[in-house]
Amino acid sequence: MKSAADFIDRYARYVFPLPAVLAIVVLIVAPVLTNFVLSTYDYFVGGRPIFIGVENYTRAFGDARVWNGIRNTFYFTFTAVPLQLLLGLGIAVLFNREFFGRPLARTIILLPMVATPVAIALIWALMFNPSLGVLNYFLESLGLERSLWVAQRSLAIPSLVLVDTWQWSPMIALILLAALQGVPIEHYEAARIDGASGWQSFWHITLPGIRSAIVVALILRSVDALKTFDIIYVITEGGPGIASETLNVLAFKTGFQFFHAGYAATLLIFLMTIVLAIAYLLNIVRRRT
Amino acid sequence: MSGSSATTSRAPADDAGRRARRAKTVRTVGTYLLILAVLVVMLFPFYWMILTSLRTQVDNVSRVPVWIFTPTLENYQNVIARNNFLEFTWNSFVIAALSTGIGLLLGLPAAYSIARFKQEGLALAILVARLTPYITYLVPWYLAFRALGLIDTYVALTLTHLIVGMPLIIWIMISFFENVPQELEESAFVDGASRIGAFVRIILPLSTPGIVAASILAFIFSWNQFLFSLVLSGPNTRPVPVAVFNFISYGQIDFGGLGAAAVLITLPVVVLTLVIQRWIVTGLTMGAVKG
Repeated sequence: MKSAADFIDRYARYVFPLPAVLAIVVLIVAPVLTNFVLSTYDYFVGGRPIFIGVENYTRAFGDARVWNGIRNTFYFTFTAVPLQLLLGLGIAVLFNREFFGRPLARTIILLPMVATPVAIALIWALMFNPSLGVLNYFLESLGLERSLWVAQRSLAIPSLVLVDTWQWSPMIALILLAALQGVPIEHYEAARIDGASGWQSFWHITLPGIRSAIVVALILRSVDALKTFDIIYVITEGGPGIASETLNVLAFKTGFQFFHAGYAATLLIFLMTIVLAIAYLLNIVRRRT
Repeated sequence: MSGSSATTSRAPADDAGRRARRAKTVRTVGTYLLILAVLVVMLFPFYWMILTSLRTQVDNVSRVPVWIFTPTLENYQNVIARNNFLEFTWNSFVIAALSTGIGLLLGLPAAYSIARFKQEGLALAILVARLTPYITYLVPWYLAFRALGLIDTYVALTLTHLIVGMPLIIWIMISFFENVPQELEESAFVDGASRIGAFVRIILPLSTPGIVAASILAFIFSWNQFLFSLVLSGPNTRPVPVAVFNFISYGQIDFGGLGAAAVLITLPVVVLTLVIQRWIVTGLTMGAVKG
């Protein structure tokens, strides 16, 4: 008994993290490795696996639906994230002032990002409804034309971007708000004495002061946007047709609707590579700033 | 003479002062209006969710939105009575509680070790696990759980939800444990305490607020999890998000029922959020913002 305690004391650095590391190896590392093996097989769930080498990969490279998925993934991510950065920055600057009810306002903007995504997606789906939805009612009240929203191919992704932006601009806002509060107030005072305008001090003091926070927000948000699943699957299931089918949704359908496990694993390796490569690239940017 | 010159020189200054004050008022009003606009946009979908849940189907499918009406609780009664909503809620609760409990059991010692022994590599591995798309694990999991006959069991759902909660718990607790003075445990060692003894009796009690925040956050994330449950749950274990998603898959849409279900799933999350709000952002940003 005594020796067991001694053993743990001596090897605490290995014993303490061991259970968590085992869980990660079994639940994360093993599945990722399995995907690499699976991707070399023609395998339908319940069927007989046939080794086909790199055929899944060559097929994926020539598969128009895969390219559509990759295009949609990037279209969604690189419209949503810059929009959220702009709005998030705006909200952060706005919320950085003292105003009545600020703690309550901060709590309110937390709600979109913590609320259950399925519930949010359903409510937005109701609001998007072309004939009964409240969004079209607003458009009409403003004298604008009704829209088909997610029911129109060309508007499906922009509409989903709208939902994602509503949901996640507050996260960027709160990250940047924390950073804004770290910019020394003396810098602004010095700038004012030098006769700098509001814009000039924003450009030359605020932005440089929160640059690294902006990059962190961009990394987190880009990575999460690339793998958005819940709102897309619930609101459009990738439709109309495949107009809003991202790589994530396509891999899901391939695996769990067509049960083509080998091909799904190949697509998942694509997705994982894209996500980790972008995280890695953005992290290099972060180190430079 | 000197008096009149003072008045004439003061008048423009007064004027400028008034103009400056007026400009300031305009700016303040503008700021408040903008803040109000942000809040209205953020709240509107929730407001609409609640309205939908309290309206009759006739009002809900009206072409012009019905803003004023006599609220009805019928939708809630229907959802709870007809759709086994309590059963789904229980499933969600069991899965979230079990995965959070196990997440603490595995995550707390790991976080302590990372904090105390500066295991940056391990911290990085957990971050990479957080960045990797969850769906990457799902195909192999599905095949494994299918082979083991574990589809539609709490075991499969708890284990997979563990991957949502445990990294969060570890990430939040690292910064908590880093702030516990090392001298405290060293004096315990001098008194003959073992590492585990010091961890359980000294470190953990000092970190209770962090543990509470991390647990609640892990619970919320499991509660909200949709993808894993969509694939791995079934009639015996279906949690609320999947059950609610299924409402829309079957035939005619009951708007009020959807609204009521959406309110019922969201309500516990909102309440828990209010309890630990300053930790929400820390958790969501994996520590990029300190609470």
